[in-house]
Amino acid sequence: MAEMLLRIYAISKRFGGLLAVDKASFNVRPGRITALIGPNGAGKTTLFAIISGFLTPDEGRIVYDGADITGAAPHMLARRGIARTFQIVQPFAGLTVRENIAVGAHLARPNRVDALAAAGEVAYAVGLGTQLEQSAATLTVAGRKRLELARALATKPRLVLLDEVLAGLNPSEIRDMVPVIRKIADWGVTILMIEHVMQAVMTLAEQVLVLAEGRIIAEGTPQQVAADRQVIEAYLGHGAAARMISGAGHG
Amino acid sequence: MKTYLPIFVVVAVLALVPFVTASNVVLNFLVVTLLIALAGQGWNLLGGYGGQYSFGHAAFFGTGAYVTAILQVQYGINAWFGLLIGIAAGALVGIVIGALSFRWGLRGSYFSLVTLAFAEVLRIVASVAPITGAGVGTLIKLDLRPEAFQFQSRAPFYWIALGLVGLSLIVVRGIENSRFGAYLVAIRENEDAARALGVDTFSVKLAAMIVSAAITAAAGCFYAQYFLFLDAAIAYGTWISIDALLAPIVGGVGTLFGPLLGALIIKMLGESTKLVTGGAPGLDLAIYGLLLIAVVGLAPRGIAGLLSALVPRRFRPPSVPEHHHG
Repeated sequence: MAEMLLRIYAISKRFGGLLAVDKASFNVRPGRITALIGPNGAGKTTLFAIISGFLTPDEGRIVYDGADITGAAPHMLARRGIARTFQIVQPFAGLTVRENIAVGAHLARPNRVDALAAAGEVAYAVGLGTQLEQSAATLTVAGRKRLELARALATKPRLVLLDEVLAGLNPSEIRDMVPVIRKIADWGVTILMIEHVMQAVMTLAEQVLVLAEGRIIAEGTPQQVAADRQVIEAYLGHGAAARMISGAGHG
Repeated sequence: MKTYLPIFVVVAVLALVPFVTASNVVLNFLVVTLLIALAGQGWNLLGGYGGQYSFGHAAFFGTGAYVTAILQVQYGINAWFGLLIGIAAGALVGIVIGALSFRWGLRGSYFSLVTLAFAEVLRIVASVAPITGAGVGTLIKLDLRPEAFQFQSRAPFYWIALGLVGLSLIVVRGIENSRFGAYLVAIRENEDAARALGVDTFSVKLAAMIVSAAITAAAGCFYAQYFLFLDAAIAYGTWISIDALLAPIVGGVGTLFGPLLGALIIKMLGESTKLVTGGAPGLDLAIYGLLLIAVVGLAPRGIAGLLSALVPRRFRPPSVPEHHHG
């Protein structure tokens, strides 16, 4: 277990009467792409907010790179190498693409000129190279998703949390984005991604975690998880797995 | 150094004014304008670049003014030295207000209201405390020697005010070109995104508050020496809080020359209103209100924003760094 980059121990988070995350436990191996999937409202984004320090868990512990980081502030976690993107994109709308990415690049580079230059390199890596001097407000949805990714990468993270970077993209934009995510993993950056686009999850992820009603209900390779009865029921409702199997039998 | 060139040009040109005219009316008008520009540049750093809209910059202006005055009147301390202590005292008030409001995560209008409340508390305290002269006010003894920071003519005052404005422009331009400045603007644009990228938003906002307070306090110190009289309504009055935010908003919020440009416009407008109406009380504020609505509605980036929209793209300085340090 010593080789795990991130270990989540029985994390719970309650909002008033709603138990959003219910004793969720899992591990993330370094240098892999791990996908976190689950129906809407399962608590995925809440879990991300907890890991990245935006929310404090009511119970449980988070161990990153051997150190307990439970309750640490987001900026401290960013300095330790945990970066995140936001499901609802959060560009610095009044700034150019280059200036946006430079804010991330400044984490390792105090000098303004260095940070702006590094921002250019990251932009080319995610396919924003031609839009560097454009205002972030003028980007399309796909462009903004890339910008989220670029800013996070500019911090030189070891672990990056991607919250639905493919959501809202059309099929051809998804086809363009998938290789970018794979390239990031090839650099040795560990990726934990929330994703609803199953086709992308199937091709990218080596490990899939399924969250439903705040609990991890299944874990394994994409193929294992896709065949899991509990997972099918979580997505399609109680009894769905049995109906599908009997339906397949009749058909 | 190239990015500082416009500052030197503007300051050099303005420095020539006393050689062109010796009119006390003109110089007095310009000194007051520079004073507002200075106070406004302080506000602009926190509000324009950092997006933290203070309604209470009078707290820093008044502290600078009172500390300079009281040190001379009560303790016989030299005015130049008083100026430095006054700036430091303003910065200290900035630390207190900033630490309290940012620690408790006050954003937007909540932050604005808290700053307004602090300034009002200071005004009320100053209007009853014996050390400020309470209702009578504080009068600095006339002592027309340069060593005492007092001058026979207006020209030296003008140059000192211009020097302070020039210094504030250099400080703000330096911040624009730094990581601190980039972080400050990132906080204005989106605080959560900034946190996710490793920005310690509390420290950055607090540091901006301290520099902002120091700059506005310098304007207060200068005011005390120029007018030699203070009372609570002058030092901590809402007039300076309003002028300090109106100048940068009208001139161009979050732009280097916005406060100077805006100060010139609102002071000219204020003077012409007085000429036309014979100084009906409160009318200047009504005009300011209309101006504010017009600027926010029609030119949200102020006059500087309008000007840059008029300049064709190819004449603008490139934002791409031209050389790498490594």
